[in-house]
Amino acid sequence: MAAALLRRASTSSSASLLRPLSGRLFSSDETVLSIETSVPFTGHKIEPPSRMVDTTPKELLSFFSDMALMRRMEIAADSLYKAKLIRGFCHLYDGQEAVAVGMEAAITKADGIITAYRDHCTFLGRGGNLVQAFSELMGRQAGCSNGKGGSMHFYKKDASFYGGHGIVGAQVPLGCGVAFAQKYNKEGAVTFALYGDGAANQGQLFEALNISALWDLPAILVCENNHYGMGTAEWRAAKSPAYYKRGDYVPGLKVDGMDALAVKQACKFAKEYALANGPIILEMDTYRYHGHSMSDPGSTYRTRDEISGVRQERDPIERVRKLILAHDIAPASELKDIEKEVRKQVDDAIAQAKESPMPDASELFTNVYVKGYGAESFGADRKEIRATLP
Amino acid sequence: MASLQMAALLSAPSTPVPSDRVRVGSLRLSASSSSAARNGGALVVRSEAKVSGGGASARGLSLITHAVAEKAAAASSADSKPGHELLLFEALREGLDEEMERDPTVCVMGEDVGHYGGSYKVTKGLATKYGDLRVLDTPIAENSFTGMGIGSAMTGLRPVVEGMNMGFLLLAYNQISNNCGMLHYTSGGQFKIPIVIRGPGGVGRQLGAEHSQRLESYFQSIPGLQMVACSTPYNAKGLMKAAIRSENPVVLFEHVLLYNLKERIPDEEYVLSLEEAEMVRPGEHVTILTYSRMRYHVMQAAKTLVNKGYDPEVIDIRSLKPFDLYTIGNSIKKTHRVLIVEECMRTGGIGASLRSAIIDNFWDYLDAPILCLSSQDVPTPYAGTLENWTVVQPEQIVAAVEQLCK
Repeated sequence: MAAALLRRASTSSSASLLRPLSGRLFSSDETVLSIETSVPFTGHKIEPPSRMVDTTPKELLSFFSDMALMRRMEIAADSLYKAKLIRGFCHLYDGQEAVAVGMEAAITKADGIITAYRDHCTFLGRGGNLVQAFSELMGRQAGCSNGKGGSMHFYKKDASFYGGHGIVGAQVPLGCGVAFAQKYNKEGAVTFALYGDGAANQGQLFEALNISALWDLPAILVCENNHYGMGTAEWRAAKSPAYYKRGDYVPGLKVDGMDALAVKQACKFAKEYALANGPIILEMDTYRYHGHSMSDPGSTYRTRDEISGVRQERDPIERVRKLILAHDIAPASELKDIEKEVRKQVDDAIAQAKESPMPDASELFTNVYVKGYGAESFGADRKEIRATLP
Repeated sequence: MASLQMAALLSAPSTPVPSDRVRVGSLRLSASSSSAARNGGALVVRSEAKVSGGGASARGLSLITHAVAEKAAAASSADSKPGHELLLFEALREGLDEEMERDPTVCVMGEDVGHYGGSYKVTKGLATKYGDLRVLDTPIAENSFTGMGIGSAMTGLRPVVEGMNMGFLLLAYNQISNNCGMLHYTSGGQFKIPIVIRGPGGVGRQLGAEHSQRLESYFQSIPGLQMVACSTPYNAKGLMKAAIRSENPVVLFEHVLLYNLKERIPDEEYVLSLEEAEMVRPGEHVTILTYSRMRYHVMQAAKTLVNKGYDPEVIDIRSLKPFDLYTIGNSIKKTHRVLIVEECMRTGGIGASLRSAIIDNFWDYLDAPILCLSSQDVPTPYAGTLENWTVVQPEQIVAAVEQLCK
């Protein structure tokens, strides 16, 4: 087993920056471990799945390295923002990594994911790479949206990642639309529409849920409940903060969102359910360490004790670390090495992203319309708009 | 009136087509007959159509040279004229039906479009023909079903979202503006949104303020969106087909009062260009730019004007975003006087934008200030007389032309 653990892919070539997450095998050990989730699932109008989750050492190590990478990326984004290289709005996901990582473990790239503006880690989970992410954050050409979207508009069409949306709640009808298309095309895939506890009070959510339930769409609505809608605690915004129950006629499941294995189990369960029966709601009980965005210190509406308490007791990375150590999958030093390496990857990616140039002036006018068969879109006098900038 | 327009359409001078550009073109005459018809009079359609319909080649080849595709002639035993007569809402339905048959990714979503057949019967019969998964009855939830249409368009479906009245789509404004218009740009070109959003709008017959809205003025500044307004059965069908085939999101504005217009349209398949304006009546003295229902008020005023000795050139701009400044510009270069007649309110309407676009591009060709007749900046009243005073009437158009041509 030790020999397997020592097998490592090369770490120094720049090609590693473009590799998708967890392409490296620390352990090819596929022995199945059955691990209990931190808390049992609670169901609303549905029998919850078992809290014993099957996993493998390989998967646990990939959870660890993926979450460490996501954590490191978000912290680096924090520094970049303070250095004024990232401007505007920047919503960080650290603390919530287990949701992104657990979900990916349960689904394929044919299944769709759509989320709101806290999307950097979800993008990584779908196969995006660090250079694309940092370039987009800094508004450079190498960004996943060519620098024209920004922090809130990460997309990856080939991995069925539909973004990246700034307006709270608007992504849920979009996600149900993607699920509709999946049903229309008989794809046998599902769509996860993620939203927060703040968005859970949006009317369009319930409208979309109603339509999805009527048409039996394979839509899974996932409430990432980090208990604060910007500065407003959930009990001040929702009369009923039991978000998994608010689907009423739609079944729901409450999941510990800081436990990647519980998230994986719930998403697997939800996918099977949605393909057979229609929509289901998942409520991920999670937490964000940063404020709502970089302009929010995050401490005016909650105490520092609360934040550090959650960090000590429920941190998703620590949880997986303890599992790895408890099951002798890897020594602590190995995990430290992974973290060091992740740090290096992130630093290299930032350096590479900084070298990417700003978009060309002509990019201002590209991709406003699609030039295509049937109706070409022109400017005045039927010619392409030429950019005349000062 | 519709047949006069049909004739006028056939006599429209053809715009030169750049040879390198493939046009899903509009129906046009062969070059020789179009120049002869330039005086704008009615053109007599001579046809060799036989009653027992032969192939398309036997009938009217001298008349129609650029049809996109040719269908076998649908012989109507009593008919000796080419084409078939129908009402505007039937033309819309025909266009929609043809596109749904041709492309299985086209689907329709809206309130009462399915089993009920559509509140203006545009989708009548489609649900029985295509089933519940392609003609979808939605609950009354504009924000979310428009969002769902956009979400499904992101994956490659081509939904046609109907607002039962355009005014209801204000509830979906966020989806239309942020997601529909902007996703292609903010995703760096990854996602296309080939959606069509359509519905009746405009001032009707005493429908009240909330059901008489002109949403083209609200949507016009959304980047990434295309807007067209149909006004005759001919252009309704052609624009519907073009909008569905377009890769861009298109908003197709129909008008509540125009659904029962009757016209004879060709049997052959045709698709119009979304960005082209329509020359309704060529003339020399003044360019009148209009669209949708106001076109008919303008044509009514044109009769009076002709009797008074004026020769107005009437252009139905059809494309509200982007403007067809090519056709409009050529007209202004000829007449040097512009009158815009629109149904939008004065503040922030299509006329306001068109006026500034003309000033920016064609200032040197103008001999007089641009006049713009719009509806009043008031909620549309219920009382019939007040409602008539809200919108532009033919007498005002006549007076405006007289003022311009002084």
